[in-house]
Amino acid sequence: MAPPATAQRNPSPSQPSGKGEVSDLKLQLRQLAGSRAPGVDDSKRDLYKKVISYMTVGIDVSSVFGEMVMCSATSDIVLKKMCYLYVGNYAKVNPDLALLTINFLQRDCKDEDPMIRGLALRSLCSLRVPNLVEYLVGPLGTGLKDNNSYVRMVAVIGVLKLYHISAPTCIDADLPERLKHLLLNDPDAQVVANCLTTLQEIWALESGKSEEASREREALLSKPVIYYLLNRIKEFSEWAQCIVLELVVKYIPTDTNEIFDIMNLLEDRLQHANGAVVLATIKVFLQLTLSMTDVHQQVYERIKAPLLTLVSSGSPEQSYAVLGHLHLLVMRAPVLFSSDYKHFYCQYNEPFYVKKLKLEMLTAVANESNTYEIVTELCEYAANVDIPIARESIRAVGKIALQQYDVNAIVDRLLQFLEMEKDYVTAETLVLVKDLLRKYPQWSHDCIAVVGNISSKNIQEPKAKAALIWMLGEYSQDMDDAPYILESLIESWEDEHSAEVRLHLLTAVMKCFFKRPPETQKALGAALAAGVADFHQDVHDRALFYYRLLQYNVSVAEKVVNPPKQAVSVFADTQSSEVKDRIFDEFNSLSVVYQKPSYMFTDKEHRGPFEYSDEVAGISIGADPADNVVPAQHVEANDKDLLLSTYEEEDTRSVISNGSAYNAPLYDSSAPLVASQTQTDIGSLDTSTSQTPSASLAIDDLLGLGLSITTAPVPPPALTLNPKAVLDPGTFQQKWRQLPVSLSQEFPVSPQGVAGLTAPQALVRHMQGHSIQCIASGGQSPNLKFFFSAQKSGSSSYFLVECIINTSSAKAQIKVKADDQGATNDFATLFQTALSKFGTA
Amino acid sequence: MISQFFVLSQRGDNIVFRDYRGEVQKGSTEVFFRKVKFWKEDGQEEAQAPPVFNVDGVNYFHVKVAGLLFAATTRVNASPSLVLELLQRVARVIKDYLGVLSEDSLRKNFVLVYELLDEVIDFGFVQTTSTEMLKSYIFNEPIPVESSRVPPLGPAAIFMQGNKRMPGTAVTKSVIANEPAGKKREEIFVDIIEKISVTFSSSGYILTSEIDGTIQMKSYLTGNPEIRVALNEELNIGRGGRSVYDYRSSTGSGAVILDDCNFHESVRLDSFDLNRTLTLVPPDGEFPVMNYRMTQEFRPPFRINALVEEAGTLKAEVIIKVIAEYSSSITANTVMVQMPLPKYTTRATFELESGAVGQNADFREASKKLEWSLKKIAGGAEHTLRAKLTFSQEYHGNISKESGPVNMTFTIPMYNASGLQVKYLQIAKKPTYNPYRWVRYVTQANSYVARL
Repeated sequence: MAPPATAQRNPSPSQPSGKGEVSDLKLQLRQLAGSRAPGVDDSKRDLYKKVISYMTVGIDVSSVFGEMVMCSATSDIVLKKMCYLYVGNYAKVNPDLALLTINFLQRDCKDEDPMIRGLALRSLCSLRVPNLVEYLVGPLGTGLKDNNSYVRMVAVIGVLKLYHISAPTCIDADLPERLKHLLLNDPDAQVVANCLTTLQEIWALESGKSEEASREREALLSKPVIYYLLNRIKEFSEWAQCIVLELVVKYIPTDTNEIFDIMNLLEDRLQHANGAVVLATIKVFLQLTLSMTDVHQQVYERIKAPLLTLVSSGSPEQSYAVLGHLHLLVMRAPVLFSSDYKHFYCQYNEPFYVKKLKLEMLTAVANESNTYEIVTELCEYAANVDIPIARESIRAVGKIALQQYDVNAIVDRLLQFLEMEKDYVTAETLVLVKDLLRKYPQWSHDCIAVVGNISSKNIQEPKAKAALIWMLGEYSQDMDDAPYILESLIESWEDEHSAEVRLHLLTAVMKCFFKRPPETQKALGAALAAGVADFHQDVHDRALFYYRLLQYNVSVAEKVVNPPKQAVSVFADTQSSEVKDRIFDEFNSLSVVYQKPSYMFTDKEHRGPFEYSDEVAGISIGADPADNVVPAQHVEANDKDLLLSTYEEEDTRSVISNGSAYNAPLYDSSAPLVASQTQTDIGSLDTSTSQTPSASLAIDDLLGLGLSITTAPVPPPALTLNPKAVLDPGTFQQKWRQLPVSLSQEFPVSPQGVAGLTAPQALVRHMQGHSIQCIASGGQSPNLKFFFSAQKSGSSSYFLVECIINTSSAKAQIKVKADDQGATNDFATLFQTALSKFGTA
Repeated sequence: MISQFFVLSQRGDNIVFRDYRGEVQKGSTEVFFRKVKFWKEDGQEEAQAPPVFNVDGVNYFHVKVAGLLFAATTRVNASPSLVLELLQRVARVIKDYLGVLSEDSLRKNFVLVYELLDEVIDFGFVQTTSTEMLKSYIFNEPIPVESSRVPPLGPAAIFMQGNKRMPGTAVTKSVIANEPAGKKREEIFVDIIEKISVTFSSSGYILTSEIDGTIQMKSYLTGNPEIRVALNEELNIGRGGRSVYDYRSSTGSGAVILDDCNFHESVRLDSFDLNRTLTLVPPDGEFPVMNYRMTQEFRPPFRINALVEEAGTLKAEVIIKVIAEYSSSITANTVMVQMPLPKYTTRATFELESGAVGQNADFREASKKLEWSLKKIAGGAEHTLRAKLTFSQEYHGNISKESGPVNMTFTIPMYNASGLQVKYLQIAKKPTYNPYRWVRYVTQANSYVARL
């Protein structure tokens, strides 16, 4: 309700502000209080309305509390409602006055009109006054038994309100137990839905304190409850359906038949006009099929059309929320959306936040077949009058260039941007050209020719200026004017406000000096002098550092400042795959729209009941209450991942190299040891799995959607491999001929993996570390072919793999043959996990 | 789950405020309004605030309806889709009860609004948003406001153009209002509303096209009889795995092929596969029966030819021609053609065609935009605008890269581009019962763009 007077904002002239009006009202109400004259209700209504309207605009009308209560002895329901509204608003700040209302509210809870019973009960529970809770238990208990569903509906939520005022009172009165009964027996669907939300919230908050509560919470996910709710799904309102679906997401079916049954049952929910229902359904589908590669892919295909329809049918705000989720899916599996790129074209009238998402999706889905069209479209936006979009579009073109194999045409487009002579276009383009040259130095000739024509005077933005200066330094041998342009820039050192630019200037003039000493010497002297005198610490230090280096030895200085460089193969991704997976696990929540996992924007106390993985952690740990602290640690661990990703990488590397060392033939370690090694290795991919070691199997979905690791306890790792298995090439060939192909699939290889394949032996060693031995390898880039074998530990059954990796399309095709065909899928998962980690360590 | 709900005026005044859980601090409306008003993207350009954002651990959701900001807050990681959908739905429910949604009507009826809010949401959880179900909980009567002055809400609003109303557009009455003389007019409105998006390349080819349609229903029938809505028999849904931009098989067959559609909860599809009939018992209030999306090729209502030519130093000429390609019995109205001009344009003089009526052309100095409005365009007609531009500096490179694209907005009543039709509307009740049935079509431009 409207905040009382403290938050009062400038009242407009039409709104009374003073005490005069309030005391006037008080007087009038008092006169009417005892009256039984005909028509008195109408005058009361008018006065009540005035009181409420003052309250809304922020005038403190708590002083009429007594009069309001006195007047409420009426059978007029409109009056009663207004009175309840008033009381609910002021009771909390005036607990003494609230006591006055208890009597008449309790009386109303026994009224013969169910509407009044319900309303009174709701008001009673909304008073939020701790010392009045004793008066709540009785009416709530009666309310839960009421024969009218409206009253029961109100009573169930009332239990939750009571819990928040005084948890012990609620628990001691055994109210949750009553709700459990109603949950499974009440004929009214909304009562059931309210029971579900209330119980979920109470158990989640209680589970920190009691073992029993976490068991209760687990019980909500039991098969009978889930099936009971699912079978009634259509009786629920669309909102209640969302609540049920959120619960179903956490349910773990026992076998695939169950998964298909649930999906068939929910299939028509995808045609619902309410986006929230559709997204909740999609979440169920995605989570259920995580470990079933081809079905998971089918789900993607199935949900495309409904998502696109939702994007284009609702208000811009609604379509933004859906688009955010589509964006997440596109980013996970761009390949599956590559033919839908036209849907991501921007429309004229869309707000910036929608266009920005679409540009990112266009960037992600660009591949050999559609790049030309996408880039053409983006170039249209780059010429757009809408400057922020123009900038974003140019960045998008640049990103596509950086991720593509054949950038020829795109470089031309980028260079054309420079000819448009719009300052912001030029600025964005320069930054991109710089990045492009760092990755594809072979393009320097074409680029430098164009960049050389740009007058540095026309560039104001520091980032762009820095990029230009970097190119001047890096390619000073190819640009005739380089020393002179740098010299003129150094002359206006004083006017250069950006430290970044001055730092670049120092480095560039150094590089230029090594290549063309006579022409640059003067400029270098001036730059070092200016730099040493600079007030900015970094600039000062760098200038001094260069100066001393040069003093010591010029050729050493050159080796330090301008050694031959390797082209950058991949620019680092801004988000780690753990973070991405967490966001995916939090599908249909704000995490998706913010593109951040919930722990980054939610306070701890508000996280518990709604966070998916916490929930699951609670379940899998089950009876052990000490483990309730795990989620928090888990969050911190993840935080650390994000901040210290480089350290993390080093750790992983050491683990893996250790692994391969243990696998060397000399070292005859026992199988279990190495098996556990492999396991921690897998576990280290996501800290969340390591907290439940018995259930830590990294499920890598074979879509190549990156690493997606379910936190759900999946069947325990069915498969461990014998690290010292040996299969001689002859036997391999023989087996290969005999066995049928039991699995054949294709999945993408990470760019790091592709980069690592410049030395195929590295992959062979890497796979060895995962107990997968290479029998033979061959082929020419871009097509590399490997034969691998592996043996199931403790058994004589072998797996044989033919693996063809195409480095230009970044895809791997595998054919698996197995003695024990039942284990093929598990093996394929292991194999792919191993492969996907190649290059990342 | 939400914590607070509020409605703010465009100036940021609190019109309605309801705190359901008391978890979010008091000043949230001010925090919210300041953020929305002065949203910054990447710390630079001012931009439109996204519908969802987080300030100090509080998540703010908002939708704009009828010039008002409907907003909600929560501290938990809620589903954005659910909350935004809810806000939209609350706006619709309020509109159903007040008849008109405006600052004025909300202020006059705030007690009724609070009554609604208490029943729709309890302790932050949605209880019901069904106008129908709410009827039994609502006791206040709406105080009507003068409806002619306020812009009506929702898609049906496009049936009111200026003073001219299409027959039976009295959709601004409350679902619980008592009609004068106690008579209630028995009527039902079925509106087929299509928004079309087309992008033409500089050579006039269609680069992309899409129709987003809604069948909107508003029923004032007593006793809620069952209704059958029959659509085209030759109606296909889905494109069987082919890329949705594969046009080959769909041209000329006369069939309507929808990419996808979804339905309101009340719709039963028992006979949909058989004869394309939707069966439903329409609840009170306005609601979309069906939303659909189509990328099948269709004939766009307008062709646009636009040209920018140099005409000596510091001068250029713009020619825009609009050709209406629909039947002459149909007239488009409130047509507006806009085109951004080069930044350094200082002046534009216009030459409308001779005898032009209801046309107006203007140069918006601040936004450097050309605006050409046409009150109406009859089917088959062709209109041309010539403009002479004066520049403050010499242009470099390609002048058509510095201007455009041309964007057009329009409304065409009694026309729909998809060809989807309501063949009949059957009301299951005794044979003598014959209420008014309004089946209306309208097409609007969503993003209708021609590149230069």
